[in-house]
Amino acid sequence: MIEDVLVVFVVIGAVLTMIACGFYASWRATRLHRLHRRVDLSRAGLRAALERRRAVTADLVRELGPTAGAELGAAVTAADGGEPTESELSRELRRTLATAALRTGDIAALLPDVASAAKGVHLARVFHNAAVADTHRARRSRVVRLLRLAGGAPLPDFYEIDDRPPDIPVPVPSPDTM
Amino acid sequence: MRIGLVCPYSWDVPGGVQQHVGDLADALIARGHEVSILAPVGDRPVELPDHLVPAGRPVPVPYNGSVARLSFGPRTAARVRKWITRGDFDVVHIHEPAAPSVSLLACWVAEGPLVGTFHTANPRSRAMAAGSHALRSALEKIHARIAVSEAARRTLVEHIGGDAVLIPNGVAVRRFADAPPLPGFPGEGGSIGFLGRLDEPRKGLAVLLEAFALLAPRRPGLRLLVAGPGDPGPALAAVPDRLRDRVVLTGRLDDADKIRAYHSTDLFCAPNLGGESFGIVLTEAMAAGAAILASDIPAFEAVLDGGVAGETFAVGDAADLARRADALLDDPARRDALSRAARLTVRAYDWDTVAADIVHVYETVLPGDAAALLPGPGSRGNT
Repeated sequence: MIEDVLVVFVVIGAVLTMIACGFYASWRATRLHRLHRRVDLSRAGLRAALERRRAVTADLVRELGPTAGAELGAAVTAADGGEPTESELSRELRRTLATAALRTGDIAALLPDVASAAKGVHLARVFHNAAVADTHRARRSRVVRLLRLAGGAPLPDFYEIDDRPPDIPVPVPSPDTM
Repeated sequence: MRIGLVCPYSWDVPGGVQQHVGDLADALIARGHEVSILAPVGDRPVELPDHLVPAGRPVPVPYNGSVARLSFGPRTAARVRKWITRGDFDVVHIHEPAAPSVSLLACWVAEGPLVGTFHTANPRSRAMAAGSHALRSALEKIHARIAVSEAARRTLVEHIGGDAVLIPNGVAVRRFADAPPLPGFPGEGGSIGFLGRLDEPRKGLAVLLEAFALLAPRRPGLRLLVAGPGDPGPALAAVPDRLRDRVVLTGRLDDADKIRAYHSTDLFCAPNLGGESFGIVLTEAMAAGAAILASDIPAFEAVLDGGVAGETFAVGDAADLARRADALLDDPARRDALSRAARLTVRAYDWDTVAADIVHVYETVLPGDAAALLPGPGSRGNT
């Protein structure tokens, strides 16, 4: 009789523990899923930012003309989203825009867009790499590996490029408006 | 864009984060966005902006070296949930996301893309030790992390991991640019100004009082303007009784008088000992065109552009402070030059510039940006 009660208690205890473990595993799986989604979004954001920088740079190349814009034009044509070519585009943008003589007229009007697009690449890359770092940390966890909570999802890669923007002075409000 | 801003600290108590959130809201509204702020509100009578939603009454909690007034608990959580559901925001921007207050609750409740701004730069801050799964799970939801200073960014990297973009605190430059001095200031014998809480040792008032005790006997008319709430307590004992009437304590000032205080003295001193992430007090003084003498902590060196926009002295060293103040008080031409440099340097911190950068962050994390990859209408092309 007493043994029967004991068995019932043990069974109830085991079931409750399993339910609790289930909830915990499901919570961890939800977190991981959310992280994977965050990486997908940040990767899309990064692609969009690189795309925009290429478009704006292509406009700049057209304004610069075939001579002054030759090297920048080659860099923007070569840029394909890969780390080496996009780094090269950053360097070429800095080099070209360091020549102050190129900063006049119609070119000057494009510079705020170029500055913003270059900054956009930096923002998107930092956010993407932070998402990747968080995902890597979560995937290292013992619970996640033991229960294979990540399923078949590939481990996301960091995106490392030279994204230092060209040195373009920020337009400041003139003193009489201050 | 519909933007929800979350502030963890009580709105009725003045503070750097509260002011940042309030000014950011104004700058975003000026750019044509819809903004709602969620913050705890205590009992002190204070004018609340129309777009502020109170999140409940705060309780005082020792946090990050001072006493913070925070809200936490199931009732607050319910209000946070209601605010987020009703707000239908494009982006929710949470300030100090690790603060155990409405900020952390909002991280847990929200589902859309979150933006988080980290203000704290305290290597020993317990709240930043993000070991627990509960805290980690909240911070993982933040898609874009902003640090207001290099120090805040380093704190974040060390305690939480991953990187953040650097966007400095803003200052409403135009609001501070012009104001008449407070009655009787700067005065014949010259004056030095201080602004901040009197009873927080890290604000460094004690160092300034000690320096004043060294300077005052040599400079008969010199006065010290001490503006801010709190009881100076034993720090005031550094000033001998016969000099005491030359230390003018104003108590808490309203916003208009605070701006006047920056315009009231020949020299503005920021003697902070550390624990300062950014130095809002400095950007405000710069916007007012004050000649600045500040301690050489990293946050201040950065804002003053390595000594261009104001002089620095060895942190905590009253003798060094007194020596440099002495030289500056005798050199009006140098003070003018510092004032001009300050006004020029502070433009990078104007809210117009800073808010544009923050909107750029919002645009980067909006899911709509993924749609911008696809050609055709409906794509959210950000210019």
